Amino acid sequence: MPEQLLFAAEVTLNGLMAGVMYSLVALGFVLIFKASGIFNYAQGVMALFAALTLVGIQDGQIPFSHLINTIFGTEMHDFGWHVPAFLAILLALGVMILFAIVVEKFILKHLVNQPPIILFMATIGLAYFMEGFGDLMWGSDIKKLDVGLPQGISGVIDETTFDWFGYGFFIDRLDIAATIVAAILVSVLVLFSQYTKQGRAMRAVADDHQAALSVGISLRFIWVLVWSIAGFVALVAGIMWGTKSGVQFSLSLIALKALPVLMLGGFTSIPGAIVGGLIVGVGEKLFEFAIGPMIGGATENWFAYMLALLFLVFRPQGLFGEKIIERV
Amino acid sequence: MLYREAGDYKTTYTEDSQTFPIKLDRIGYYSVLIIAFLVVPFVINDYWANAVLVPFLIYAIAVLGLNILVGYCGQLSLGTGGFMAVGAYACYKLMTGFPDLNIFFCVILAGFVTAAVGMLFGLPSLRIKGFYLAVATLAAQFFLVWLFNKVPWFYNYSASGQISSPERTLGGIAITGPHTEAWAKYLFCLVFVFLLAWLARNLTRGNLGRSWMAIRDMDIAAEIIGVNPLKAKLTAFGVSSFFIGVAGALFFAVYLGAAEVGEAFGIQKSFLILFMVIIGGLGSIFGSFAGAAFLVLLPVLLKNVLVGGLGWQTDIAAHLEFVIVGGLIITFLILEPHGLAQLWRIIKEKLRLWPFPH
Amino acid sequence: MKLTKLAAVAAVALTAASPALADLVFPSMSYRTGAFAAGGIPFADGYQDYFTLLNERDGGIGGEKISVPECETGYNTEKGVECYESLKGLNPLILQPLSTGITYQLIPKVTADGIPLHTMGYGRTSAANGKVFKWVFNYPGNYWDAASIMVKHALEQEGGSLEGKSIVLLYHNSAYGKEPIRTLEELSKKHGFKLTLIPVDSPGQEQKSQWLQIRREKPDYVFFWGWGVMNQVAVQEAANIRFPMDHFVGVWWSGAEPDVLPAGEGANGYKSANFTGTGKDYPIFADIQKYVVDTGKAAGDGTSLGQVQYNRGMYAAMLAAEAARKAQELSGVKAINAAQMRDGMEALQVTAARMAELGMPNFGPEVNVTCANHGGAGVGLIQQWDAGAKKWVAITDYISSDRSVIDPLIAEDSAAYAKENNITPRDCK
Repeated sequence: MPEQLLFAAEVTLNGLMAGVMYSLVALGFVLIFKASGIFNYAQGVMALFAALTLVGIQDGQIPFSHLINTIFGTEMHDFGWHVPAFLAILLALGVMILFAIVVEKFILKHLVNQPPIILFMATIGLAYFMEGFGDLMWGSDIKKLDVGLPQGISGVIDETTFDWFGYGFFIDRLDIAATIVAAILVSVLVLFSQYTKQGRAMRAVADDHQAALSVGISLRFIWVLVWSIAGFVALVAGIMWGTKSGVQFSLSLIALKALPVLMLGGFTSIPGAIVGGLIVGVGEKLFEFAIGPMIGGATENWFAYMLALLFLVFRPQGLFGEKIIERV
Repeated sequence: MLYREAGDYKTTYTEDSQTFPIKLDRIGYYSVLIIAFLVVPFVINDYWANAVLVPFLIYAIAVLGLNILVGYCGQLSLGTGGFMAVGAYACYKLMTGFPDLNIFFCVILAGFVTAAVGMLFGLPSLRIKGFYLAVATLAAQFFLVWLFNKVPWFYNYSASGQISSPERTLGGIAITGPHTEAWAKYLFCLVFVFLLAWLARNLTRGNLGRSWMAIRDMDIAAEIIGVNPLKAKLTAFGVSSFFIGVAGALFFAVYLGAAEVGEAFGIQKSFLILFMVIIGGLGSIFGSFAGAAFLVLLPVLLKNVLVGGLGWQTDIAAHLEFVIVGGLIITFLILEPHGLAQLWRIIKEKLRLWPFPH
Repeated sequence: MKLTKLAAVAAVALTAASPALADLVFPSMSYRTGAFAAGGIPFADGYQDYFTLLNERDGGIGGEKISVPECETGYNTEKGVECYESLKGLNPLILQPLSTGITYQLIPKVTADGIPLHTMGYGRTSAANGKVFKWVFNYPGNYWDAASIMVKHALEQEGGSLEGKSIVLLYHNSAYGKEPIRTLEELSKKHGFKLTLIPVDSPGQEQKSQWLQIRREKPDYVFFWGWGVMNQVAVQEAANIRFPMDHFVGVWWSGAEPDVLPAGEGANGYKSANFTGTGKDYPIFADIQKYVVDTGKAAGDGTSLGQVQYNRGMYAAMLAAEAARKAQELSGVKAINAAQMRDGMEALQVTAARMAELGMPNFGPEVNVTCANHGGAGVGLIQQWDAGAKKWVAITDYISSDRSVIDPLIAEDSAAYAKENNITPRDCK
């Protein structure tokens, strides 16, 4: 049936776009895992925190206003100004860099040379901390995030496809924007890691901590750098997802969407995160479209994991992961 | 001074390999048992049972189970919530399908059902390792929750998909249902905790436990010295899931009384129990209890101090709870990276020398 | 060692933290944190502010002061248990858990402990049968009423017939979201419309598949049973696919300001059911402003007055206060207990005249609770979002639900519950 085919094509396209959104979240995980071997459980909360900070700065909210008002009995809510989006993003980025420095100084520095599970646990603690801290700082009500990204159906694509096939495809303009942003982000990351001194140092650290140390690379600086970049990626992911649903607590749950992407693509590969995201996005949307109605729908949550599981049985290190060599 | 082993002579191998080789430890252990079994049931009230002790005991069972898998056998699992759901739904189906079946056996049988499911989802562990293995168990987590939500047979075709536990008695005393006394709930769970902790301790120091630990330390080397990885990994999944299934059954039938799979047994539960394992200490029975206590008691305690004691607003208190719990986790880690169990071990070492540290 | 010190502090705190017992206790089980905080905060504020108003203006109810201890549930059943046990010790008159999951858990417990449970527009629908559920109330309306009211509204819009039309139910894949399915199935048989069920798994941040399906199937109506982030995303996606918003109708938990504001202009025309008035055009708000907000005693910052969830919380408090008044009248005692409160709730009558007297003319439907009917009249209205003015506008009068369909369903479901739990239905004369 050509109509079914058209539908499937539309679903596939949308799946690709959704995959890009997943990849954005997964990227942050990969960056930190590659550079420091830490599975950063707090990445989702970082995205929430970054988005909260961005909205807070944009609207001129006073941080901790609720707490201050309760303790001192004052009545203040905002500074009464409105910061333009671009400046606010820069300021939010500044906060994330500050955050990276604080994390390095107070947590990572003390946990050098600990096994991965300990570092994982530290990020759990960090996630708890940030969850409460973010809410205390900016309040837990839902906020509208608007940095001028387009949203809604893309009329051009709708009409063109309608002219061609007699059925207009639905593509969200926000998804298109996300795809462009992700493409730019990845190219910048690749360029940075290939052609700058810091980028090369970062790769050296990812390759071998001790060898990197011995040639004079400052591990601490690299960690701050990596966490800052991960913070930046979290900010971008936060903006994209926050525009879609408003900024609120649930934003931290997008990390769950990134997990199967990571497993599929491999923890250590940036292209893996992108390709993994696309496969998961297309896979789950097509499955929901074709099989979902037969078995009652809402399959997307588990399908991604089943798909990843299937891939892993054949390639235990993920699609792009480094080959696991085991010696006794 | 007080805590010492001098004069504690062992004359047989059995004595030498007992769980608590130091006399003071034994005294401590037995007095905890006596207090838990003979004193607490008489002083317990509804609040302490339902808000503190029963959840602590049930989580302790689940943490013991997960600790066997993660801490002793080295297989990372994030499917705990899903396996608890299996235990809960198995228990529900048994309770409603066989109204005359003793609740004690319902719970045990639910454990065995979960063990079977757990071994099935443990199969990929033969090929997939480390963080990647988490995906296999996460698949179990999401798939099981979806299944219990979707197939009406599991919730006896009720309109909303909630399951609620009917009243069951043991020797004329209600164990489940709204008329259960606080002490009955508590004792019922305590018996399971005691039996399972005893089982876990003896399994982990026996042949099976040693093969698990060999797999954990280096699976290829273990295989070369003759440990069968298939058997070791699958038994670890089986035993672990049995514990978790029992915990799930108790969680639903005794503690909550009514449950909805997505809410009570979601991914958050899997993470929570893993956190308890890590915070308590991997590969430690004591750590399992410590971890469960830390994450169950601390929030309740903070809430009571901040809201009840200091009269703060509930939302600020709830946010601060997160900040404090997170901060404490990080602080503990920096002070002692191997969990509360290691902290306890160090304290004991120090106490042995106290007050003459040199 | 730190822990033992903390434990000691806690033990002291636990024993010291019992408020004066003479008050009338109306606990507020709220959620100001977590994934559903956006809906929980204004509701809790409204609930608390109304009681504060009664204390400040009237000196409580019948001269008895009111205390409103708050307990944070985070919409989490385990914390709900903790809250229930801690609140139970304070001799509460009425509990309103504000979560369907917690309600299911509390129904057997409150029945055993003798504490009235009021689940206003949520919880277990068949609790409307007072013969089986002696301690549980869900007036003025329940989910099945909401489903029927939404269908009635669609009927009216379509000129009286839904024959051959199609309706999609987009629902939160949980106990809450599954509630209306049975009713809608019955109604689809009765009115001849085609019903398609589309579940969304919690939390519901990604609904692309579902909305693509809706776009392909082009249903005449989408009925929506969402909560939390699912609401904002659904409204946004509906706007994205240019679904006619006036054919997109949410239940009353999917129609508040936070649900539509993030979608901006696109949400214009979205409809939802409701059972209270919206906005601040009621005399009572002048009093709240004067006695509560201006004196700095408000639970929130005073900006949420008049919002959907705020008004709903206030309405819940009003119903509780009126029931307490009734209980005082019936028992002749001022300091009533939970059993007397229950009798008061069962005899509760809130007429239009009474609401006008309270400064809330036509704020909610008239409520008439009897021994057999704990669900009230089952009426609600449809409101529509005006994105330009940023406010909800009621576009219908109170519509009563189709009792001929709902009553048998309630009887059937409550009979099943009674059988499962060995309850002999009471006699109601």
